[in-house]
Amino acid sequence: MQLSLNSFLPLSLRVRLRPIAFIAALLIAWQIAVSRSPVHILPGPSEVVGGIVDLIRHGLLLKYIVASLFRVTWGFLLAACLAIPIGLHVGWHRRAEMALNPLIQIFRPISPLAWIPIAILWLGVGDLSSIFLIFLGCFFPLLLTAINAVQNVPAVHANVARNFGLSPAAVVYRVLYPAVVPQLIVGLRITLGVAWLVVVAAEMIAVNSGLGFLIVDARNAGNRYDLVVAGMVIIGLIGLLLDLGMRSLERVKSLRWSYSED
Amino acid sequence: MVFQRDGKTTQVLRDVNLQVAPGEFVCILGPSGCGKSTLLSTMAGFLSPSSGEVKIDGELVTGPSPRRIFVFQERGLFPWLTVEGNIAFGLFKLSRLERDRRIAYYVKLVGLEGFEKAYPSELSGGMKQRLEVARALAVNPDMLFLDEPFGALDSITRLTMRRELLRIWEAERNTIIFVTHDIDEAVQLADRVAVMSDRPATIQQIVTIDIPHPRDLSSPRYLELRNGIFDQLGLAHKV
Repeated sequence: MQLSLNSFLPLSLRVRLRPIAFIAALLIAWQIAVSRSPVHILPGPSEVVGGIVDLIRHGLLLKYIVASLFRVTWGFLLAACLAIPIGLHVGWHRRAEMALNPLIQIFRPISPLAWIPIAILWLGVGDLSSIFLIFLGCFFPLLLTAINAVQNVPAVHANVARNFGLSPAAVVYRVLYPAVVPQLIVGLRITLGVAWLVVVAAEMIAVNSGLGFLIVDARNAGNRYDLVVAGMVIIGLIGLLLDLGMRSLERVKSLRWSYSED
Repeated sequence: MVFQRDGKTTQVLRDVNLQVAPGEFVCILGPSGCGKSTLLSTMAGFLSPSSGEVKIDGELVTGPSPRRIFVFQERGLFPWLTVEGNIAFGLFKLSRLERDRRIAYYVKLVGLEGFEKAYPSELSGGMKQRLEVARALAVNPDMLFLDEPFGALDSITRLTMRRELLRIWEAERNTIIFVTHDIDEAVQLADRVAVMSDRPATIQQIVTIDIPHPRDLSSPRYLELRNGIFDQLGLAHKV
């Protein structure tokens, strides 16, 4: 009789456990490598966990996470509220796109981080400058996503709408808006990831709280690399949760269609 | 009808004169690229002719109208709306009650009962085409324009769909203008067939199909008419 682990677990559970098992194996390898190494160049997982516990005990973990999320939320929402309507309008009207395109193409490649000195000059060190940087990092990708989404709507949809006697405004409300939603959601998810990257970098330079600040401060104030890595781990985990959250939005049934099936 | 693109002027249609009676089923037949889709789009009001005019009921056609619905191939369906949602699309001027009544009627007419809440991505090609027709009919148009609607379907489904279309037409009696490249399809469906020449296209011949429905595909009269069109197009009878 052949006994194997596989026969005990159903397939779906096995598939779910694989990434977890893989990560567990990596953590064990990491711990072993650190305890064997004579030179202390990286804290082991146990020290990192200790660092996280430390942060919780000082009440800093939640405070820093909330600070970072607060900035991301504001910067991201501001960018979305501006970029999406503008992008939809520009995408719909040929002439607007031709007028604005050179300007967009000039500003787009400038990394938000290059704006840091100007942000601090205009808005000082603090929440406003980091929100501004996140806004910049999100605005152009969302603008381009919206323009692109409109241009990907097949012309036949607008023709059908006109055929049934819809006014031009109704064509926009009843056809254009629903048609661009799936692409917008994907764009929002990707841009949220960008926002999360920008916030960490912005906090390293321009503010006095948050996860990015934690990393820089932990090193400066006493070479606490366990806190540095702890900060990185938390940043990664929250980034993952944000991404999963957006993906679950994509799975809503009425939004699940896309033009890529053609 | 003259198109200009990339500096080249192409005359697509030349000297097209066609009269259609109400309630008639007319097929426009021709090889791909001969301009029949252009002709149909012009008739429906999506394109304006560079010379000449389109008149329906004595009025000049200047744009698309809900009285003349164009049935695109399945691509015209809205993927974010269910079957009911698509059929209801043109019915925004009606009361809730009337709208629901019409949706139920047309769902039944095209044979999509049980799929009211399904999305187009869940339907087969034939079902999507039927949904397109239901959406078009729901607004009770005077005319229907169909541009090779069965082109994306396999040939077996096409036979079934032709029967379905005729059944629906006999119930509704709209005027139908149907573009196809399939000679058999034209002879099976139409009251009259307008045979088009190559580009710049003109109507070579108008054949009246006088066989009553349902048409026997093996009857001598059917074959006679079909062969006549073969000859008109200069096609050999043997493959």
